[in-house]
Amino acid sequence: MNAPETLSRWNRPESSRVPFWAYTDAQLYRRELEKVFYGPHWCYVGLEVEVPNTGDYKLSWVGERQVIMVRDRVAPKDRGTDPGIRVVENRCAHRGVRFCQQPHGNARSFVCPYHQWTYKLNGDLAGLPFKDGVQATDENGAACVNGGMPADFDLKANGLTKLRVEVLHGLVFATFSEEAEPLADYLGPQVMPWLDRIFNGRSLTLLGYNRQRIPGNWKLMMENIKDPYHPGLLHTWFVTFGLWRADQKSRMVMDAHGRHAVMISRRNDGGENKTVTDGVTSFKANMVLNDARLLDVVPEPWWKVPDPSNPGHDIMPTVTMITLFPSLIIQQQVNSLSTRHIVPRGEGEFDFVWTHFGFADDTPEMTQRRLRQANLFGPAGFVSADDGEVIELSQQGFEQWGEDGSTLCELGGTGTGGTEHMVTETLIRSMYAYWRKVMGV
Amino acid sequence: MNPPVRAEPVEALLLEAEINRLNADYASALDERRFDEWPAFFLEDGRYFVQGRENFDRGLPLALIALESRGMMKDRVYGVTQTIYHGPYYTRHVVGPARVLPAMDGDDSGLVRAQANYAVFRTRPGDSSEVYNVGRYLDEIVRTPDGLKFRNRRCIYDSEMILNSLIYPI
Repeated sequence: MNAPETLSRWNRPESSRVPFWAYTDAQLYRRELEKVFYGPHWCYVGLEVEVPNTGDYKLSWVGERQVIMVRDRVAPKDRGTDPGIRVVENRCAHRGVRFCQQPHGNARSFVCPYHQWTYKLNGDLAGLPFKDGVQATDENGAACVNGGMPADFDLKANGLTKLRVEVLHGLVFATFSEEAEPLADYLGPQVMPWLDRIFNGRSLTLLGYNRQRIPGNWKLMMENIKDPYHPGLLHTWFVTFGLWRADQKSRMVMDAHGRHAVMISRRNDGGENKTVTDGVTSFKANMVLNDARLLDVVPEPWWKVPDPSNPGHDIMPTVTMITLFPSLIIQQQVNSLSTRHIVPRGEGEFDFVWTHFGFADDTPEMTQRRLRQANLFGPAGFVSADDGEVIELSQQGFEQWGEDGSTLCELGGTGTGGTEHMVTETLIRSMYAYWRKVMGV
Repeated sequence: MNPPVRAEPVEALLLEAEINRLNADYASALDERRFDEWPAFFLEDGRYFVQGRENFDRGLPLALIALESRGMMKDRVYGVTQTIYHGPYYTRHVVGPARVLPAMDGDDSGLVRAQANYAVFRTRPGDSSEVYNVGRYLDEIVRTPDGLKFRNRRCIYDSEMILNSLIYPI
């Protein structure tokens, strides 16, 4: 539209310098909603366990569009193939009302309060008042019908917007796009083993939610969890207690497009190692916890899996941080498990929704441990509170300079590709290489 | 002289006054950034939770902050003063009058249950003040030789969104 020509061009062939306008330009952001969030990508909407019974629903988001995830009735013959999860847009087909206001609940059907248009759980329009008009008597005393919808009005053509839905191991994804490839293909064979490792064959239990509003561009959150450079520097707990730092055996994995990633690492004992702690002010050599229960790590059998890239060998990571483009992060950090959902709100702000979970066969002690370790994560976490703070400061820096500035992501070079260490920004470069293709910049 | 509107045992009024003073002392320790004094408002095995109302109402156990001893509170103080990077801010707690709640089945004699509404405002350097966290304290209080102490303080917040991060105790 009126955007300067320079905004549509990336000024280098590589993706190792990300222009500030990628985070600050409002028109570009509107295009991102169309091409990324409403385009051929799968967006996370929730966990199946959040809607356990028929009629259970919860509100969620795909981009800036509010959607309803609901468990529909499923005929007995379809139960083997249809998990019954539907995702419909929370917008009445009549006058566009965002009709559902309760964040979660149980419904037999959805009724818009304005004119009582009524929808089945699957989004089909079930009926509307005065569709066939109102019986009356004309001036000659003859029976007539006043008003009503046109005779060719088709209920079937006027339901809610239905999203395509796929459920993978209890994770619910949806897309507005008919072009999106099947979910397993979308995620790719490099990433799938790491989802299988956490979720396959297990029933989840919902532990609860934390929500934060972060004044930064949504991509900064994806970058944060594709950036293995910062955790051992920004986060005292990680470097001091050996939860994540540059002297650990680790691996950066990505899908064929570079859009999704897994950061995998194995905890060490922490303490001093001059190659990674010397001069690092966040390293606290003498720090001990007053109450060690905050970090009472107990290894779980499922941590150990066959190494996907080294057949015949096992691997036992303590941490896997999975970014699924565009809007989901899945965290396993020792015994703490969560999904983190990015909900964009304009180019300079997003909501970040944490859903902590455990497994149905957890002992009470393990549940307690997961809840205690949740002190490390979330908006008040010993570790992750800093992430939201630095994202806010990044956005401020971009905005104060203007559009000709750029970030520099050249740790480990300017190329893209997986690594067997964490001294790299390759995952960020790879995501932007993909993002540029999608956005045509 | 008019008769009192409502007859109140003097003991009940005194107890409310004592709890109000405890809350005022607690708030001033936080607002004046005397964080090292904060764990001493609790018993040695006292508990402190900051939890969203949605989790509380639905019986979901996750809390934003979940501390189960003075030791954990000291670890939190070390975190907020030494290890968690965050932009600087001031807090101002405004705590409403305490209501003493009825005892529950199985309560020890001497345990006092109380509730008070709170609002915490945040002010960052160079910025105007903003409503940061609003909710209610749900307290279990016991009398000790050192005065009233929290056995359990739950801060159940209404605010649906944490404004980026929450660092200092509420």
